[in-house]
Amino acid sequence: MAEPVPVSVTVNGRRREAKVEPRLLLVHFLRNTLGLTGTHVGCDTSNCGACTVHMDGMAVKSCTVLAVQADGSEVTTIEGLGTGDALHPVQEAFWASHALQCGYCTPGMIMASADLLERNPDPSESEIRHALEGNLCRCTGYHNIVKAVRSAAEAGRAAEAAPIEVPEPPRATPQAGR
Amino acid sequence: MSIVDETRTGGNGFVGQALKRKEDPRLITGRATYVDDMVMAGQLHVAFVRSPEAHARIVSIDASAALERGDVEAVFTGEDMTDMAAPCVFFWKPPGVDVRVPDHWPLARGKVGYVGQCVAAVVGTDKYSVVDAAEQVVVEYEPLPVVVDPEAALEDSSPAVHDEFGTNNVFEWSIGGGDVEAGLAEADVVVERRIVNHRTAGAAIEPRGVLATWQADRLTLYSSTQIPHIARVVLSIQLGISEDRIRVVAPEVGGGFGSKLQVYGEEVFACYAARKLNRPVKWVATRSEDMSTTHHGRDNITYAKLGAKRDGTLTVIDAKVIQDCGSYHLIEGPVIPTFASCVITGCYQIPNVKCDVVGVFTNKFTTDAIRGAGRPEGIHVIETMIDQLAAELDMDPLELRRKNFIPADGFPAALPHGMVYDSGNYQGSLAKLLEHVDVEAFRREQAELRERGVYRGIGFSTYVEICGLAPSRVLGPPVWGLQGGYFESALVRVLPTGSVAAYTGTSPHGQGHETGFAQIVADRLGVTPDQVEIMHGDTAAGPFGKDTYGSRTLAVGGEAIVRATDKVVEKAKRIVAHKLEAAPEDIEVRDGKFSVKGSPDKAMALADIAAEAYIPTDLPEGLEPGLDETAFYDPENFTWPFGAHACVVDVDVETGKVKVVRYVAVDDCGPAINPLLIDGQVHGGIVHTIGQALYEQVVYDAEGQLATGTFVDYALPSAAEIPMFETDRTETPSPVNTLGVKGVGEAGTIGATPAIGNAVIDALRPLGVTFINLPYTPMRVWQAIQEAQGSGGGPRPTEQGRELDEQGRGPGFGPTTPEGGQL
Repeated sequence: MAEPVPVSVTVNGRRREAKVEPRLLLVHFLRNTLGLTGTHVGCDTSNCGACTVHMDGMAVKSCTVLAVQADGSEVTTIEGLGTGDALHPVQEAFWASHALQCGYCTPGMIMASADLLERNPDPSESEIRHALEGNLCRCTGYHNIVKAVRSAAEAGRAAEAAPIEVPEPPRATPQAGR
Repeated sequence: MSIVDETRTGGNGFVGQALKRKEDPRLITGRATYVDDMVMAGQLHVAFVRSPEAHARIVSIDASAALERGDVEAVFTGEDMTDMAAPCVFFWKPPGVDVRVPDHWPLARGKVGYVGQCVAAVVGTDKYSVVDAAEQVVVEYEPLPVVVDPEAALEDSSPAVHDEFGTNNVFEWSIGGGDVEAGLAEADVVVERRIVNHRTAGAAIEPRGVLATWQADRLTLYSSTQIPHIARVVLSIQLGISEDRIRVVAPEVGGGFGSKLQVYGEEVFACYAARKLNRPVKWVATRSEDMSTTHHGRDNITYAKLGAKRDGTLTVIDAKVIQDCGSYHLIEGPVIPTFASCVITGCYQIPNVKCDVVGVFTNKFTTDAIRGAGRPEGIHVIETMIDQLAAELDMDPLELRRKNFIPADGFPAALPHGMVYDSGNYQGSLAKLLEHVDVEAFRREQAELRERGVYRGIGFSTYVEICGLAPSRVLGPPVWGLQGGYFESALVRVLPTGSVAAYTGTSPHGQGHETGFAQIVADRLGVTPDQVEIMHGDTAAGPFGKDTYGSRTLAVGGEAIVRATDKVVEKAKRIVAHKLEAAPEDIEVRDGKFSVKGSPDKAMALADIAAEAYIPTDLPEGLEPGLDETAFYDPENFTWPFGAHACVVDVDVETGKVKVVRYVAVDDCGPAINPLLIDGQVHGGIVHTIGQALYEQVVYDAEGQLATGTFVDYALPSAAEIPMFETDRTETPSPVNTLGVKGVGEAGTIGATPAIGNAVIDALRPLGVTFINLPYTPMRVWQAIQEAQGSGGGPRPTEQGRELDEQGRGPGFGPTTPEGGQL
């Protein structure tokens, strides 16, 4: 086993420090080191997307990122998506649209959907389907997930009635071997 | 977080509403607890050493290097576990049928029969390091001849998967009625096809996982399972621990689809090791472990003959099903194809019926129940054959269906092979489907598109399924031979403050039990669903139950809930009548209160009644304290949901790629308890089957190596491949239970494959393609087009390495005899 190395990651707004094996995956850092078990593992090959979190403002599959690569980053997990007791509009829409059954893919699906709406606040059905093709669901047949993302988009548009154009901040890209 | 309008005070009317689910707040916020989310002080992790050989003798196992590691607690092999009380418990002993059952242990003893079989287990302190240690265990194998093709396995020349039997024949089973020979003789046209239902995986997104603890001489197993109650029985038998000292808990379960209707060796091993080491023991499958050793489904070949008079009147169906069982059984695998035979006549009146089933050992992993479990295969056969026959008769396939449907006034319908369909209206569901699908308009569109080189086709299926698995007297030992009862239990407990906890012996993994059952209980008790907590998935929480599979939760478990609730209501009425000086029969539940008929102001709320029941100072003479009732329910019959599906596909004739562009489903599962949940089940079932029809296949090569061990090779459909669905319902109540419900969890998987397949053929008929077997992958479809066009097209499609002719028939077409010869 290689020597543990220190990492510092801001998770859901709080700075977390730990010494980790270099091979530790970010998803296991979140789940086992920090106890944030809302992020799930469904495959070994980055196909299913159950482990999707936001890292520096971008959706990543946390089974494909090493904890050491996240050093210095800001990570948001499903536990940090809402504010206080209030649900995020995507969470609200998933509940209202019956967009989940067993719930296992749901945290990743919600994180991927929230990421889509950040980049594209008014996606078409086809854009939603293609944006979510890296997240697998075996229960819902996707129909209600697509509906939920559409309705979250519509709710978001209604909430942002004021037509002020705000330039989007430059998006950070996770770098390998940082 | 409430699921109902806050201003409502409760009372009748929640049943039938599309309420949001009670389960969801924890699931959408990451607060749910699946097995892998649980941590116990001192817990150990397991990594299994698995066989890379499909068939081999184990010569030696050297675990010395692993045992020298400071982070390894123990290494077990099969020889270390000879104090197990019994091998895997197998539940099917049909009367008069000999089923060959090889001993199947959690860790192999002397020999392996499939790739991935557990040979040794390393138990240690760290999740990552046990995997390192398992790689240090050296196993020497002496390879043995391998057989993967079930038809080849039946031949005398085949290697035997199990020496002790001297044959790969697992069992032979038959059902029928009428006179098949006479039916064939009477027919003007007989269509024969070899129909393949290929091997698929359940592929729940949560892999299997277990956490076992041994504390105070008691075993507790937390398992990602559909069947905690059955698991307790199995653990008791295999480990020799009395049932009263075992508790099995199914926490949040991340999907099942039949694949967790099982008690796996890894589960039993974790319990064994926890007891031996006196420490909590945890194991969670990787996806590759899950793909290789979570039971597969389908994988049968049916030789079918369907005969009719020239006017389309069906005279006979004669089917022989060859089921690939893999090398070992788990709890019930070989029974699954017998459920195909139940629905082999579909929605039709066919006077002469025969369905033979033969099971076969091969050097592959076990097949068992996957969503639909036999019924998708049976319906795929009959609905494919109906379209094939219609083409032979030059008849509209919908007209052929209508001509032979069991009429709506023909229920209950006793069929020649012993089935009694409870209720149905097949004409009604097809008519409803055609309100959504304008076939004439489609044909015009299809013709226009063909002129532009777009090959669009439409396919239909009208299905019936056997659901509500119970009744014990049919499924149980004397008739079908499953060694258990198939009732359901429920407990309804009004607590001292008036809140309600209801327990079900069924065990959810995504279906929405907590919401649907709460709606039923709330209506009867005059409260809101928010006030009813549904307990499930814990053998310590209530009476013995029979868990969730076979679309039984509502039809069997729901009726048990009704009966337990009604007992509570009866007792509550006696208390209210006593307090309000009225007769019990004059008390009614209204507007959230138990009130005297005609005097709504003379009423008591449930909380007041609970206070009387639990502070029992003034109860009616002879009435016991408490407000807590149990019910067991075993129905008289199965339920028989049905429906009509239509699928529109586009086939790219240059590449063979099939795309589903429209899907319309009309399903009848009786009255809706919660329409939201029904639609969700239908959508999921259809996509499961679009996957089966177009993308998914578990593939073994000729050496028995699994070629589809990850989600890279085993292609689940993603959102990008799937259209929006159009769903509608008809409601034909079942006379079997008081709710009239039939079950809907498997409907989508049962109706969809033939609708897709018939659509593919409809698209390609102008090119001369008349038949293609599942799955409709680009290569298989493209080759069928090339062959039909006479342009060669490279190697023919094969199944298990066998070349097929244009009718999908293998060499020496015809059913094999039980002895392995040709009929």
